Amino acid sequence: MTAVKNDSGRLAAVRIGAEPNHVVRWIILGVVGLVFAFPIFAMVEFTFRDGLSGGHTLDHWTGLFDEDAARTYRNLFTAIGNSLLLAVVTVGIVLVVLLPTMILVHLQFPRLRRVLEFICIIPITVPAIVLVVGLAPVYSVVVKVAGGSIWTLAFAYGITVLPYAYRAIQSNLDAVDVVTLSEAGRTLSAGWGRVLWFVLLPNLKRGVLAASFISVAVVLGEFTIASLLNRVNLQTALLQVSQSDPYVAVIFALLALALAFVLLLSIGRLGRTRRTGSES
Amino acid sequence: MTVANAPVLVAGAAETTSPQHPLTEPASSPRRRASRGLVTYLGLTPFALYVLVFLFIPTILAVTTGFFTEDGAFTLTNIAGLLDPLVLNTFAASFWVSAVTAVVGAVVGALVCYALLGTRADGALRSVIDSVASVLAQFGGVMLAFAFIAAIGLQSLLTLWLKNTVGFDIYANGTWLYQPAGLLVVYTYFQVPLMVITFLPALEGLKRQWAEANATLGGTRLTYWTRIAFPVLAPSFFGSLLLLFANAFSSYATAAALVSQGSPIVPLQIRAALVSETVLGRENMAGALALGMVVVMVVVMWGYSVLQSRTSRWQR
Amino acid sequence: MFRKRHLAGIAIFAAAAITLSACSTAAETPAATDVDAATATSADDFGGLDALVAAAQEEGELNVIALPDNWANYGEIKAMFEEKYDIVVNSADPDISSAEEIAAADNLAGQDTAPDVFDLGTAVALASTDYFAPYQVANWDEIPEGNKESTGLWVNDYTGSMSIGYNSNDVPKPESLDDLLGDDYKGAVALNGDPTQAGAAFAAVGLATVQQGGTLDDFQDGIDYFGELNAAGNFIPVNATPATIASGETKVVFDWSYNNLSQAAVVDGWEVTTLPGAAYTSFYNQAISKDAPHPAAARLWQEFLYSAEAQNLFIVGGAYPVTIEAMNEAGTTDEDAIAKIGNLEGDIVTPTEEQAAAASALLAEKWAAAIG
Repeated sequence: MTAVKNDSGRLAAVRIGAEPNHVVRWIILGVVGLVFAFPIFAMVEFTFRDGLSGGHTLDHWTGLFDEDAARTYRNLFTAIGNSLLLAVVTVGIVLVVLLPTMILVHLQFPRLRRVLEFICIIPITVPAIVLVVGLAPVYSVVVKVAGGSIWTLAFAYGITVLPYAYRAIQSNLDAVDVVTLSEAGRTLSAGWGRVLWFVLLPNLKRGVLAASFISVAVVLGEFTIASLLNRVNLQTALLQVSQSDPYVAVIFALLALALAFVLLLSIGRLGRTRRTGSES
Repeated sequence: MTVANAPVLVAGAAETTSPQHPLTEPASSPRRRASRGLVTYLGLTPFALYVLVFLFIPTILAVTTGFFTEDGAFTLTNIAGLLDPLVLNTFAASFWVSAVTAVVGAVVGALVCYALLGTRADGALRSVIDSVASVLAQFGGVMLAFAFIAAIGLQSLLTLWLKNTVGFDIYANGTWLYQPAGLLVVYTYFQVPLMVITFLPALEGLKRQWAEANATLGGTRLTYWTRIAFPVLAPSFFGSLLLLFANAFSSYATAAALVSQGSPIVPLQIRAALVSETVLGRENMAGALALGMVVVMVVVMWGYSVLQSRTSRWQR
Repeated sequence: MFRKRHLAGIAIFAAAAITLSACSTAAETPAATDVDAATATSADDFGGLDALVAAAQEEGELNVIALPDNWANYGEIKAMFEEKYDIVVNSADPDISSAEEIAAADNLAGQDTAPDVFDLGTAVALASTDYFAPYQVANWDEIPEGNKESTGLWVNDYTGSMSIGYNSNDVPKPESLDDLLGDDYKGAVALNGDPTQAGAAFAAVGLATVQQGGTLDDFQDGIDYFGELNAAGNFIPVNATPATIASGETKVVFDWSYNNLSQAAVVDGWEVTTLPGAAYTSFYNQAISKDAPHPAAARLWQEFLYSAEAQNLFIVGGAYPVTIEAMNEAGTTDEDAIAKIGNLEGDIVTPTEEQAAAASALLAEKWAAAIG
């Protein structure tokens, strides 16, 4: 009953409910994919429009390489660098501050779990436009202590990504029996450091990677806090650049999406594990 | 891994509500308590400090502006203003939009995660979907609003095509895209990817052995999903649902770009109070509205923990 | 694989460390001059315009805020200032409102990214005089009396006339407000924002009021007109932006002449018309921040803005500069530019402070219901 081979010759694990049928999978992904691709397609189509008369033209795209564009690009390149730096520092904060805390709470302070969950959801409940009112005095102190460079903005971004990173890592923590793994490691006389690095992290890789992904995406897409604190990041620079021309605005938005996508894809491919035998 | 080794995890759940399992050790037994020395508490300090300086202080500062007038005098009028029927209506509208998009986003997102079950974790499909989902989860604001205007707006290709070929005018009952109903469609666009990102790690925790065990013991796919998979996934599913709700509740850049007349949801009310060129002096109202939002979230979180304490009973 | 991960991790941290150390800048020391630029009230306090230019160049930067490139041609104005004086213009937050400019000044007080100068709508300017430093430009006398605060706390810089932009490929040119109630304009008319929040939309209701025969004392006529427009199914509650104009979503837009004209320059097929009869105008206001991080550069910016060069650039952008009469007399007006946009004609009306406040209150009460 269980190990019957079906028509395609593969082991019929599919029949026992864990994984979807090949066809079902592609139907779901196909439909959802099409629905989600449509607005993007509409944006792309818009960038080829020739004014209001309904024709199409490549001018908006070729105009990107014009002479006078150089001044506007100066800001854009600094901004991309800033955003990438911010992304790195934010992911650092997530990995160095949030992750150990979550593991610690999960292992040692189960009662605090709800508290941590609540703390990690607060950043998303207060809209950025109001949060900045409170962040501004804090930042005036931060600027005195650490200088006015762009990377200090990552502290605020670390807070902004807390809800997403927490949820991604917690989903993984729930799924993996962290307690048993750590107890096993400890009984085999590993110190906490080794347990963390060699036992827990490899099992939490997916959650950590998901958290890093969403953090990078949040930082690259964040606009309000940077704008209201008058710092330059990718989104604020995009807004500046696109002020002159609605077609250019949409073109740059699409390019920014593509940049983020390529960046995340490369991070993902770099960070992938090779199957080292059976997963537990 | 035997049942005897599982005790600590179950005890962790027992901490919160469920009755004690005969084979478990309570988590507050002397052995466990001794290990929670000072050093372990110190481990919480970096996070606590960070959150204190960059989250609590700004939130408290921002929210308490609601208690003061422009000139700095203490007042309760802003808070009283929250009880205005108009404001209560906007809270209700916000709640409804957030709840609907959270549920739709969660269900569709879970479906996509289900569709990804069994694909290779390091395969191309998974990497691409992870990246696309991350990027789209953060795609919002003016550009997202414009993408939808270009896609299904009054003069978009789709609308005109539907009107001319099929004769179906999707705007026959009014321009719903530029009203809260339109937000239902547009918000789902970033809710679904967010769900995929945050829920996929949980779905990947479904062990193949459970499916096989279910089959060996004579269960069907239905029993697998209802008796085994869903109870295990429930905490993460509802946690992600909560995140989606909070995300929609406070998101305003997209709404501001789409719904420009009137302020039918709370973040737009906040924006109107802070940003208006013509009606001045209402900035502190924004603090009161933000306080209202935090209160709503506290209530929702409380409901969520009640739900969690019941579903965590099913965890192993 | 293990080693590769280690290397990648080390590389990332090394890169971050290097960038962080490179990024830590020394605190900016103020330029050592014997003139306190922050309290100078005219170029004479510096010892002449050249000394002001020198002091500003020493500061090297200027922080401006809420100046979109396509708003009254600020893009060219900023570029010309940069070129002429070799001072870097840091343009922040182009999309924010006047109220947010003042909030930014609060949020960033004491930091060197705080705004140096403001360009504000009248209501906000009048309410925020505590934030401004008085300054009188060299050609102070060329600015008419009613357009400036006596000590120079705020000065009008440019105005537009409320106009109607329309997609000439899809709809006919509207000759009067009543035309817009017709069938040709179904689902076509939009405003640039909400009148209870945005100055341009507020002005649209004002234009409707005076065109319908009312006075600026009572905006009810304008509100009623838009209610009628909405009932006819011709009004769409979407925010008209350059993108929605270019995509054809908003076929008719009420906006300042300079905004509609800048769209006409970019989008093929977009035309602009001003209705005959009453013309609604409203000046924007220039002010220097009291706590400007670059006070000399801020004052130089003001001098530059009121010079004929920059004022002509406003005309190119479709706005009417405040010194236009003096420029016409002196013959320094850019004739081609003014020919393109036409002179400000018709029965020109601008709301007073009291009228604006009353109208805001009325809109806050009645607008949502009228178009809801």
